[in-house]
Amino acid sequence: MAAGVAAWLPFARAAAIGWMPVANLPMPIAPTEKNKRQDELIILNVSGRRFQTWRNTLDRYPDTLLGSSEKEFFYNEETKEYFFDRDPDVFRSVLNFYRTGKLHYPRYECISSYDEELAFFGIVPEIIGDCCYEEYKDRKRENAERLMDDQEDNKDAKLPNMTFRETMWRAFENPHTSTMALVFYYVTGFFIAVSVITNVVETVPCGSVPNQKEVPCGERYTVAFFCMDTACVMIFTVEYLMRLFAAPSRYRFMRSVMSIIDVVAILPYYIGLVMTDNEDVSGAFVTLRVFRVFRIFKFSRHSQGLRILGYTLKSCASELGFLLFSLTMAIIIFATVMFYAEKGSSSSKFTSIPASFWYTIVTMTTLGYGDMVPKTIAGKIFGSICSLSGVLVIALPVPVIVSNFSRIYHQNQRADKRRAQKKARLARIRISKTGSSSAFLHSKRNGLFNEALELTSSTEEEQRLSKSTSLLESQHHHLLHCLEKTTVSESADHRSVMSSTLRNHEFVDEQYYQQSYLEGGLQNYPSRSPSLSSQDGMTGTCCTRRSKKHHTPLPNASAPAHMQPLTHTHTHQQGLQELSTIHIQPLSTSRSSLNMRVDDPAPLNCQSSQITTAIISIPTPPVTTPEGDAHLPAGPAHQNVVKVSAL
Amino acid sequence: GKRIVYIKYQIFAMYKADDDLEMTMVCHRPEGLDQLEAQTNFSKRELQVLYRGFKNECPSGVVNEETFKQIYSQFFPHGDASTYAHYLFNAFDTGHSGSIKFEDFVTALSILLRGTVTEKLQWTFNLYDINRDGYINKEEMTDIVRAIYDMMGKYTYPVLKHDAPKQHVDAFFQKMDKNRDGVVTLDEFILSCQEDENIMRSLQLFENVI
Repeated sequence: MAAGVAAWLPFARAAAIGWMPVANLPMPIAPTEKNKRQDELIILNVSGRRFQTWRNTLDRYPDTLLGSSEKEFFYNEETKEYFFDRDPDVFRSVLNFYRTGKLHYPRYECISSYDEELAFFGIVPEIIGDCCYEEYKDRKRENAERLMDDQEDNKDAKLPNMTFRETMWRAFENPHTSTMALVFYYVTGFFIAVSVITNVVETVPCGSVPNQKEVPCGERYTVAFFCMDTACVMIFTVEYLMRLFAAPSRYRFMRSVMSIIDVVAILPYYIGLVMTDNEDVSGAFVTLRVFRVFRIFKFSRHSQGLRILGYTLKSCASELGFLLFSLTMAIIIFATVMFYAEKGSSSSKFTSIPASFWYTIVTMTTLGYGDMVPKTIAGKIFGSICSLSGVLVIALPVPVIVSNFSRIYHQNQRADKRRAQKKARLARIRISKTGSSSAFLHSKRNGLFNEALELTSSTEEEQRLSKSTSLLESQHHHLLHCLEKTTVSESADHRSVMSSTLRNHEFVDEQYYQQSYLEGGLQNYPSRSPSLSSQDGMTGTCCTRRSKKHHTPLPNASAPAHMQPLTHTHTHQQGLQELSTIHIQPLSTSRSSLNMRVDDPAPLNCQSSQITTAIISIPTPPVTTPEGDAHLPAGPAHQNVVKVSAL
Repeated sequence: GKRIVYIKYQIFAMYKADDDLEMTMVCHRPEGLDQLEAQTNFSKRELQVLYRGFKNECPSGVVNEETFKQIYSQFFPHGDASTYAHYLFNAFDTGHSGSIKFEDFVTALSILLRGTVTEKLQWTFNLYDINRDGYINKEEMTDIVRAIYDMMGKYTYPVLKHDAPKQHVDAFFQKMDKNRDGVVTLDEFILSCQEDENIMRSLQLFENVI
């Protein structure tokens, strides 16, 4: 029973009174309504737009979200309404379905968003009314094709472990994947062209030997042409065998159209080799040479347009069939008529009906060679009718074929464009990803910095800093922090300062990672920095700070320096502060950022409220050797990069 | 151009004796709610509910026989309810205008659901008396019973025999036709029904449908 007529149920039950006097048996008891409540209005708030309807309207379809108790999950107690955080425009169609019993698909709506809304509200798309169903199905099919195209592009991705055979097959199918494949592609293309041109030039008359008639080039330079032909066939055979070897399914490959073309292209040569002597079949052999022209079809592997044309013709097979059939009918009719019309006239070329076929075809396609012309008046009349109808019959199916071709061609264009745009899209995605990861690193340093600020309790700075990251970001960064903290691994030796580290695995910027690897090999410059003026004080603060904080060590670094104040001072004294030129944050612009790239030496003034930062790299003192001195920091091939906040 | 087209259409419509065309151009509105409330046994709220359902199916305000049959058939998907719906339609359409307005609809429902026993039986007699001559004869009754059996459809268990309607009609006349004159009059009908307990009980069955 359609829900739309649910309102008429009382009428139907009342009308049942007509059966009562006729009935011989007592009637069953009527169902009683448990809670007979009056019909009430319910409010559906969809993203701010309020829809109101009777509760009964929604109850018509109990297997959907709105008709079942599932909507209670969305009930808002305070406002006494049902709130859905969905698209209000699509909801209109959904609600109209309840009201009228018919689901309509609005044309301006995106198909996938519509599908999502239907899925959310538990409505099956199959019940879309006839008025909108065609449109819906068409759009859905288009979308599915588009998605499939996208997926096919992904297949280009190189799988990690491919056998030689698979690599070869991929090289054959997609020439742009490797240089070798590209070379192969062009070489075969060249040889196809050469072969075709050879076949053509073979028949051109090539100058005459005196006292003999003109001979075609093929007979004049037999050996040359034969060698050329052999070379081409060699190449084609090798190519075919290689493809056969590389094909994932040899049986399917052998059945495919392209392979059949390949075989047909090279077979005449081999057959020619086998049976040159036999006179009888040499006639057939000549015919076989015609098949050499099939080599030109090998070009379809090289040309996208040719493939599209072939595909179009295949997909328009029914239209072509209709064209052929109607033409045949018309030809037979007109040929018969012309034959009988011209029968009377003497010396008429229309000797039989099949002979008239030629005239009819030439006339209907508006060629009009003029070798057969009607002479009688009746013949001329029918001839003109014939040519007029020919134009019509041929013009009718052609637009269908053309539109098919256009559609497929544009689809291909779109696919190519999307593929090109995909690269740009992926690049943008990557940039945004690195942006967010560098934001994390950035905020981490900010976080370090914030801890530093706590000590000096300069609150305004703190506020200014904390504003730069939103709550969401800070929660996310905290999460990443926790992850870092989790991946703590203890080194073996606890006694030596050098190796007793709790190494965090920390997120670092990609560039930093690479650069630090590079710079690790560089020597350290023992230069004196002028900013060591307030060294002691600074050291003190630095040390306290550093002992609290973690720093961003190099991946291969063990950072023992800050563990022992003694060592640290020692290092400091020896040491040489240098402003590292490691660039990490090219994008960072905030004044308080711990910018790894420091353009000017920042004054290490601990008392100043102006917070400037510097990266101080503490190079390994040249005196110490890694094995010997346990007190000194680190091994040979790394730098300690320690961030210091100068306050 | 547009105005001329409109006039042409009107002239055309005048000559066109098509029911449907008239129907779509006619839009009937019922009398006021208060009047209907006075005339029937329904409350205002019940009338509202009824009208909303009515208007939903028939936006033009009147039901013609086709729509009526369609609506009624939706309740009986197994069989063919069109014949019975035809008789129902004639019973509802007291003015014999070929269409049911909301007032007719509600009046009939008022009798069927809220009327007295006599009123109900009178209405049912009217339903059975197809040619409105005041008597129910065997042919009319056979038509009615066959229409009811048609609603059952072919797929019943046990399978309906072909002469089941006839037997049913014979039983009916046995009960109702007191003076054995071959027809049933209104009084005979009411009397016989009042004697039958089953019928009396079943008449109260759909009282609280709304």
